[in-house]
Amino acid sequence: MSVALSDPTRPAGPMRRLMRRKLAVLGLVVIGVVVGAALAAPWLVAHAPEEQMFDGLTLQGAPMPPSAAYVFGTDLLGRDLFSRILYGARTSLIIGVVANGLSVLIGTAVGLVAGYFQGWIGAALMRFTDLMMAFPALLLAICLAAIFQPSLWIVALVIALVNWVQTARVIYTQTSSLATRDFIAAERTLGASTGRILWHHILPHLLPTIIVWGTLGISTTVLLEATLSFLGVGVQPPMPSWGNIIFENQTYFQSAPWLVFIPGAAIILLALAFNLVGDALRDVLDPTQRGRG
Amino acid sequence: MASYLARRLIQSALILLGVAFITFFLLYILPADPVRQIAGRSASAQTVENIRRELGLDQPFVIQFLRYLTGLLQGDFGRSYLQKTQVAELIASRLPATLLLMAAGIACELALGLTMGIVAALTKGRFTDQMLMMTSFVTVSAPQFVVSLILLYVFAVQLSWFPVGGYGTFRHLVLPAVTLGILGSGWYARMMRSSMIEVLATDFIRTARAKGLSRARVILRHALPNAILPVIAMIGIDIGVFMGGVVVVESVFAWPGIGQLAWQAIQRIDIPIIMAVTLVSAVAIVLGNLLADLITPFIDPRIKIR
Amino acid sequence: MKNLLASTALVLAFAVPALAQDYTPDPAAKQGGEITVTYHDDVATLDPAIGYDWQNWSMIKSLFDGLMDYVPGTTTLRPGLAESYDVSADGMTFTFHLRKGVKFSNGREMTADDVKYSLDRVTSPATQSPGAGFFASIKGSEKMADGSATSLEGVKVLDPLTVEITLNRPDATFLQVMALNFSYIVAKEAVEESGADFGKHPVGTGAFKLTDWTLGQQLVFERNADYWRAGEPYLDKITFQVGQEPVVALLRLQKGEIDIAGDGIPPAKFTEVMGDPAQAALVVSQASLQTGYITMNLNVAPFDKLEVRQALNMAINKERITQIINGRAKPTGQVLPPGMPGYDPAFAGYAYDPAAAKALLAKAGLPDGFETELYVYNTDPNPRIAQAIQQDLAQIGVKASLQSLAQANVIQAGGEPDTAAMIWSGGMAWAADFPDPSDFYGPILSCQAGGPGGWNWAHYCNKDLDAAAAAADAMTAPEQTADRMKAWSDIMAKVMADAPWVPVFNESRYTMHGPRLGGANDLYADPVATPINFDYIYVKE
Repeated sequence: MSVALSDPTRPAGPMRRLMRRKLAVLGLVVIGVVVGAALAAPWLVAHAPEEQMFDGLTLQGAPMPPSAAYVFGTDLLGRDLFSRILYGARTSLIIGVVANGLSVLIGTAVGLVAGYFQGWIGAALMRFTDLMMAFPALLLAICLAAIFQPSLWIVALVIALVNWVQTARVIYTQTSSLATRDFIAAERTLGASTGRILWHHILPHLLPTIIVWGTLGISTTVLLEATLSFLGVGVQPPMPSWGNIIFENQTYFQSAPWLVFIPGAAIILLALAFNLVGDALRDVLDPTQRGRG
Repeated sequence: MASYLARRLIQSALILLGVAFITFFLLYILPADPVRQIAGRSASAQTVENIRRELGLDQPFVIQFLRYLTGLLQGDFGRSYLQKTQVAELIASRLPATLLLMAAGIACELALGLTMGIVAALTKGRFTDQMLMMTSFVTVSAPQFVVSLILLYVFAVQLSWFPVGGYGTFRHLVLPAVTLGILGSGWYARMMRSSMIEVLATDFIRTARAKGLSRARVILRHALPNAILPVIAMIGIDIGVFMGGVVVVESVFAWPGIGQLAWQAIQRIDIPIIMAVTLVSAVAIVLGNLLADLITPFIDPRIKIR
Repeated sequence: MKNLLASTALVLAFAVPALAQDYTPDPAAKQGGEITVTYHDDVATLDPAIGYDWQNWSMIKSLFDGLMDYVPGTTTLRPGLAESYDVSADGMTFTFHLRKGVKFSNGREMTADDVKYSLDRVTSPATQSPGAGFFASIKGSEKMADGSATSLEGVKVLDPLTVEITLNRPDATFLQVMALNFSYIVAKEAVEESGADFGKHPVGTGAFKLTDWTLGQQLVFERNADYWRAGEPYLDKITFQVGQEPVVALLRLQKGEIDIAGDGIPPAKFTEVMGDPAQAALVVSQASLQTGYITMNLNVAPFDKLEVRQALNMAINKERITQIINGRAKPTGQVLPPGMPGYDPAFAGYAYDPAAAKALLAKAGLPDGFETELYVYNTDPNPRIAQAIQQDLAQIGVKASLQSLAQANVIQAGGEPDTAAMIWSGGMAWAADFPDPSDFYGPILSCQAGGPGGWNWAHYCNKDLDAAAAAADAMTAPEQTADRMKAWSDIMAKVMADAPWVPVFNESRYTMHGPRLGGANDLYADPVATPINFDYIYVKE
């Protein structure tokens, strides 16, 4: 995507080129705000996210609409939605960073090994990634969640186990082509160890791809976490997650739409921000990969 | 070509075997006993053991898997643990709904996505382009359940134009299909845009323009058909994306497809149903990818089949 | 001792109307008309040996009959396919006299051989019936269970209209079991023809017969013209549409497109419906024979301490929990639900008193509380209720982390001896199989049920109470009924003294029907044919 305002004739550092993209800056600002809100949550909210307040529900058990006392209203347990949204940002960010970090790590390791060694190891690993591609992702994640009994870290692990495949394929392609280049062959004849070649000569070339996937993937991860929590198999209550806020309040969404729309907007905004930044990074760092979803 | 196809088909079969094995294994190690679900609350230990034996669940994992596989090769998906119905029958009753939704969803995606992509390509770099590309970003950043619920609230609850969920008439189909359409449109829009820009930059388009053909004619008759084909080839991959997330949209819209069947089965560890839905989805995904790989070389001669 | 039920009872009903042995037909009821009922989920099966969910339970009752039956809308037994029965003096042998001329929906006349066949079938391991355990008191049932016999020794066909059933112990609940869906009489040739698909092609002697089943779309029941209860049922046809979202179903009901929304009133619409007198008049509510409770696993410290379990009983704000589910339940302090014989309205249980709870914890040596786990089924509203419980526990210093899991995982954890410290029973809560207090003890509180894989998730075992329960169930003579219920009330009071559970509430079921439907409210909140007794409701116009 090239909503770029950069002047291609003038070379500049990647960071500066990134900062010249309006949308990327917008994305960074959103991420900054979310991170700030998540960190400052204890000072920004009047009530703890788990606190069920007596005046947070009507006598019939209905939630309170947004008001001066509760800016985002209350949920079906009489808890402050504003507080839950802010603390929910922590969940999304932690899962986004940890799960995606893990999945990029797995993907890079698999892609690197398969691409460099080729042969039966490479074939076996890549057939395995093909196999993973054939799984209906969400069903697999639900089954895994049922096996491990979800907690914050288990959800991150489950997402990583489902998501690493894309990275593995991209890294594999790049490593395969790098491995056949002359300078690698030269290193090998000079007696450099495999570990040294991988670490010092191949990995640095993969870094742009890793950074791009490390950013874009967060968006996918945030969405998957929200979806799992929406189905009730994500992070465990009472820990707030934007997905489980919607799960818990869904039955009331016709009469209390804010309980769905506010967390929904938060999910879209954060995923969008990481997509914008990731896409701009791709344009800046790794022009060969343009145009991929 | 024939040998390539044969090789791919064998590969696909092996992939499906792998999917079957892994799913079966995951369900085997799941910390929940399907027999207790079947036996119910008042069963004695003896009844539980009897049922376990009847279902062959007392056998070692490998034997269980081989038995399942043997059945599968004879076209037997087994019987649902809880309903005792042939799973094939259950799937057959649900699959049309899922396929209908998929077809309608892909049609919506294409209609929205291609239009957005073409307009964006023609207005490249201008405000419209920027807005459209921004929109495409929003659509790929939105979770299915949020878009579903927003559309439900606006068009079903507030405006009452469409039913709140369910199956049967065209009006039931609109909201879930549009949800899928919106979500997938961004992906197609971006591919269409880059494909169109690429084609518009080729020599033969420039020649056509140079010959004095009108801009509209060049775009409609020459550029569009060439630009659209590589995008169409991606439908195969899209089938995979749809199958991966079918649980959510079907559950929000109460759409009686295989996703809902799977969700209910997972709650109660009805293994034959979970296996069958996973395999049917995997077949769709594998075939979709195969289709995409097979079509692409015909459309884009630069890519050769290895 | 001859029990003169059936025909004699009907005669008596004319003479002494107060003796409500049987049903007095609704004078306004008339035959004819069709109705439409909607459900969200497809019907699992209509095989009486297999079907065991609240949705197919009443449907199966309309397609099949058992030897015994209930007076519609009540928990009172009445004869069904058996016109009368004799009991031996020791209460161990029952002789059932079948009605003449009862026909299956395939036209064949039902005989004693069908009774024998049906009971053999349900207890045979090959059938995989979840209800096989209910027949444990029939002689020879253990041989059926372990596969060493293919036929129940205790069930004998004396002649085509007489069946003798011998028990291995006196069992006061035996007649209830003979009215349970699992004991319903099926046509042998139809079972043999359809095999495992019998649940899709049911053939019984019931008031209706299945004429169409389009998977995932609809089922059609039509009146069985040969039905043996003259003049019944009233309806000509019932169409069950499945795959209907509860909210949509309610809207369609309000528009008059359908007659009964089978899944009830969705929470978001509840206040709206109940606030409108015209609509509220069409809603029937009744406490179902069900209790929602928290189990505390006696094998897991510190729940081995009585004070701790009592403290938790005082710590839960049950009023608040019922508020969370829009008041669709009544708080309770005992095991048995109201409406169940043996329920003691005077029994108050532990009152809500966090201060006293804290004091009890201190007495147990845990002044600062403790950490534990609460398992819960992951569908709304159960995780919400569990969070309310969690907050209440936090008030007395008990930090419970939640494990919100699929139903199968929770049931599994509950059956393990020391996995789940606490379980909130919602969504899997104990609902009565038949209206007898023993059904709330044997399967969920007895020592035997506390073994691995059982449903006694508290793993509570009190041998004295097991003995008292056995003694109560040996009181088989009708004149002992009052004593027996008193005995059960005492047993349940002693259970609560040991406090393996925190009973939380009794849920009420709300069923809304269209204005054109008639029939007493009890028929729409039938305690046995939950929730609707399709055989006796009718169309007014």
